[in-house]
Amino acid sequence: MTVRQPARVLGKAAGRLATMGPGFGFLTVFLLVPLALVLSYTVFRRGRFGGVVYEPTGENFTRLADPLYLDVVVGSVKLAAITTLLALLLGYPTAYLIARLPARWKVVALVAVVLPFWTNFLIRTYAWIVLLNSEGPVNSGLKALGLRPVELLYTDGAIVAGLLYAYLPLMILPLYSAVERLDPQLREASANLGARPARTFWSVTLPLSLPGVLTGCVFVFVPSLGNFVIPELLGGGRRIMVGNLIRDQFLKARDWPFGSVLALAVIAVLVLLLFAQAWAARRAGRGA
Amino acid sequence: MRRHGWLRLPFWLTYLFLYAPIVVLVVMSFNRNRSPYSWGGFSLDWYGTLAGNASIRTGLVNTLIVALGSTALSTVLGTLLAVGLARHTRSRLLDALSTLPAILPDLVIAIGLLAFYSAVKLTLGLHSVLIAHTVFGMAFVAAVVRARLGGMDTSLEEASRDLGATPLTTFVKVTLPTLAPGIVAGALLAFTLSLDEFVIAFFTAAPSEPTLPIVIYSMVRFGVTPEINALATLLLAVSFTVVIVAQRLTRLTEALK
Repeated sequence: MTVRQPARVLGKAAGRLATMGPGFGFLTVFLLVPLALVLSYTVFRRGRFGGVVYEPTGENFTRLADPLYLDVVVGSVKLAAITTLLALLLGYPTAYLIARLPARWKVVALVAVVLPFWTNFLIRTYAWIVLLNSEGPVNSGLKALGLRPVELLYTDGAIVAGLLYAYLPLMILPLYSAVERLDPQLREASANLGARPARTFWSVTLPLSLPGVLTGCVFVFVPSLGNFVIPELLGGGRRIMVGNLIRDQFLKARDWPFGSVLALAVIAVLVLLLFAQAWAARRAGRGA
Repeated sequence: MRRHGWLRLPFWLTYLFLYAPIVVLVVMSFNRNRSPYSWGGFSLDWYGTLAGNASIRTGLVNTLIVALGSTALSTVLGTLLAVGLARHTRSRLLDALSTLPAILPDLVIAIGLLAFYSAVKLTLGLHSVLIAHTVFGMAFVAAVVRARLGGMDTSLEEASRDLGATPLTTFVKVTLPTLAPGIVAGALLAFTLSLDEFVIAFFTAAPSEPTLPIVIYSMVRFGVTPEINALATLLLAVSFTVVIVAQRLTRLTEALK
């Protein structure tokens, strides 16, 4: 035993290294080091021709308070929030009904939700250019009804439609798995005790599915905030979102430190929301 | 279902919202008219124009090289990682690290890699996109394989060890074959994600070697061209086939279990 012990310890370490070594080695070099690099850029001065000069400064953070950029941040948060709310309003009833379908139709309904998600993101965005164009099907329909055509493309509404289209499945899936897991007996108990369906929903179903709601909200809100393609293609560049600003700092303005600060802000929002989600999951777990 | 009558409205609205744009694109791709907004009769002209488009062909080849390479790398690294996480550690930190690339916004990964490549003075090209796609591909493979490992019976591995097999033999002869469906599913996922990925590729590709999504982006920016409708229809057909085949496969493996 005393002889085998070191060999076993060695064998365990070898197993660990052989399985996780390559993967975590790769992630360290190509994910952690790059992230640390971006993080470090936030406190340095920009180089005149891009890149970074290693002189410490706090001005990248103070620039965030510049009304010009504050407007961008507030505007993006607003559009991402509207998108998330709409996704929730459409997604919750959909997920709820899917969970109540017979097993066979459940699979069909779920695959149908995911299917558009598996098509190219740019093509999905392009579809909305076609739909919302001033001569597109929506406006032709309005004209056929004798109504005046409206400008749909290159508006905030078009951006929200595009974001909603891109991320709605990411709302429905976690909602579905949250609603599906609910014990039907809880709802029956609530009904038997005389609660009306609305009351049962607000005090039983919704609180217990809250972790799924929050997961869905994170999955829709965060990528909406960081998206730069949809505001460009559907907003016509009139509305600049945080994603556009980050892209421009890295590829056009060549102000990497400020771009890094903006990226850090997006990560901070993500971390905050993930903590809220974990908190809700713990609470719901205790209640069930 | 009858009790939830009013819920049907948002339910059908969701599906209408998800499929109306797709139907419009597919119908328009068979439209003879140059203007995509009026019907000029059925035609396959745009598919012909598309086939003659050299930049789309180059983009497609580049995308396939990146997707195949990063899928191969992701599958090996991700599978090993999943086994290690499930069998050799209880660290929640490592667990979180393995899912980080799937949670982080693509833009953050993109700028990180751009900064890193520039710091180590790596010339951009297909290899830099391939590495970048492996970062998230690996995370998805690891997640899918771990789900499979969770439901796996460990007694087979124990039996193999008790009968004197080395850890490597046990891994190759027992663990891997049991995990095979999970590995295939993870690889398919990594492949599809890489095929479609735009943001990270946009930051890490060389301008002279664009992937297909980058080519599509530059076409779409110049407005509506009927060729894109044809391309969209073809890509839709491919993705729909892959998803439905994958769905059938998983149902088959579940039935066999």
